Amino acid sequence: MIYLIKWLIRMLRRPTEPVEPPAASPVGVPAAANGRDEAAARTLGPFVSAGRVTVPGATQGAPALSVHNLGKRFGDRIAFQDVSFEIGYGEVFGFLGPNGAGKTTTVRTLGTLIAPTSGSALVAGFPLSPENGVEIRRRISIMPESPGLYLRLSVAENLGCFADLYEVADPKDRIDRALRAVNLADRAHDACGTLSKGLRQRVALARALLSDPQVLFLDEPTSGLDPVAARDVHDLIDDLRQRGVTIFLTTHRLEEAERLCDRVGILNTTLRTIGRPSELRDRLFARTLAVKTLVPLTDPDRVFAGLAAVDSWHHDGTAGYVLAVSDPAVSAPAATRALVAAGADVLSISESRHSLEDVYLELVNQDQEASRTWA
Amino acid sequence: MGVSKRRVRGIFRKELREYRHNGNIIVAMVIFPLIFLIQPLLTVLTEAASASNGLAHEHVLLYMLAIPALVPAALASYSVVGERQQGTLEPVLATPIRREEFLLGKALAAFVPSLAISYAVLAFFLACVELFAHPGIASALLRGPDLLAQLLFTPLLAAHGRSGSASRSRPDRAMFALPGSSACSRVSRRSR
Repeated sequence: MIYLIKWLIRMLRRPTEPVEPPAASPVGVPAAANGRDEAAARTLGPFVSAGRVTVPGATQGAPALSVHNLGKRFGDRIAFQDVSFEIGYGEVFGFLGPNGAGKTTTVRTLGTLIAPTSGSALVAGFPLSPENGVEIRRRISIMPESPGLYLRLSVAENLGCFADLYEVADPKDRIDRALRAVNLADRAHDACGTLSKGLRQRVALARALLSDPQVLFLDEPTSGLDPVAARDVHDLIDDLRQRGVTIFLTTHRLEEAERLCDRVGILNTTLRTIGRPSELRDRLFARTLAVKTLVPLTDPDRVFAGLAAVDSWHHDGTAGYVLAVSDPAVSAPAATRALVAAGADVLSISESRHSLEDVYLELVNQDQEASRTWA
Repeated sequence: MGVSKRRVRGIFRKELREYRHNGNIIVAMVIFPLIFLIQPLLTVLTEAASASNGLAHEHVLLYMLAIPALVPAALASYSVVGERQQGTLEPVLATPIRREEFLLGKALAAFVPSLAISYAVLAFFLACVELFAHPGIASALLRGPDLLAQLLFTPLLAAHGRSGSASRSRPDRAMFALPGSSACSRVSRRSR
């Protein structure tokens, strides 16, 4: 008992000031990615302190997240492996992948909840290591897929507890602002157990905003939300991005990723691809023109094969044709002229747009085919 | 890095609020003290004055030490089960809290109410004896050494009851029992 009391006194006497982060990493990513400059990031927002983005861990020039060959294995099972990427401050990064691809495990690893088995990472300016766990968690916030709320406590009591855990200054004001941001100010005194799934999700989002994080991990933030609430969350993410908060978004909603994310990574145990959605489309799919005519062409090969701007073509239905082109702006007028010269009644000529979903499905199908081949 | 009083207080206050809203915990806080209060109280109040000699050789008060031994264990069990059922461990662990802060907050939240209940029950028992028991019985029961032992052993047993329950229900194990997180405890242990 005496030893216990001595230990308690010793622990309580020790200082608890946050540690200054280490020197900048040699790895460099622009401070505010995708054209979002620091001036915009300095704007006073409802969550982000003025100028906070200019001192993100004081590691000037370092990325918000820098991951090198990171891997996690549970016994013989590989959760993810050889994952490398960098994310700049103020960037919204989408992390996509099928169920069991390792997305949530990656978030847990970067959030210091579990230790990686290989590789290294820099999170908010700190190397991912057990010694830096507390300092990293001071600067990040994780909204898990399951809200994880104390159901018997009110919304305000839940947030009050977490305000204490993050040692937030002026917690009452902070809680009020977080609740206003997710449109829950009028439900502050309701028990969380009485809220719907969508409202609980919004409480979890408010909780994630409490600590004014530099890096915000959102694991399926719009799961269970109605379209209006999901749109509010999207607007909030946009707002946070403009204020320089780095957002690591895992989602199954590909249209959400396409709309919100500056870059996306597709994970299927290994990181299959990474880039802006438009880059991924161009990388995976040839640019094409979709041509529709009133009646089928009598000799389409003669019409299209003679065009220098068209690399190849194939049928798409009875009176439809898909032309593989390198530059649609040049090819479309040339194809139109050729069709008119051939006497075709042209209904439409348009550039085919592959969605992020097409990219995602293509990569996942490739993986499935590869695994079938191995089997 | 030392323990953050605010984070410990945050866990402590949250626990007390949960107790307040949890009927099972309130029942546990009432039932155990009642069991160990009513029986000795009835015995003492129904004893005739002639029984005071026999009581002088018994340590009836020590019977009540079962309260600080059992109540913290019940509180700790409900607390750990509640965390796991509600899936609240992951969000809590994602904050800058350290393992010892979490456990200290939990331990205090079990220890303080148990101590308060134990002393309150003791005070009530002593008051009843003083007011309603035969004077000889009261003087036989209210002996200095017994009272001193009661005052000293109550916090010790409450602390042991808490740590005993902790070792059985392993809140630290529960704390790191996130899906697929065998290494989680290693991270946390090392990140202290």
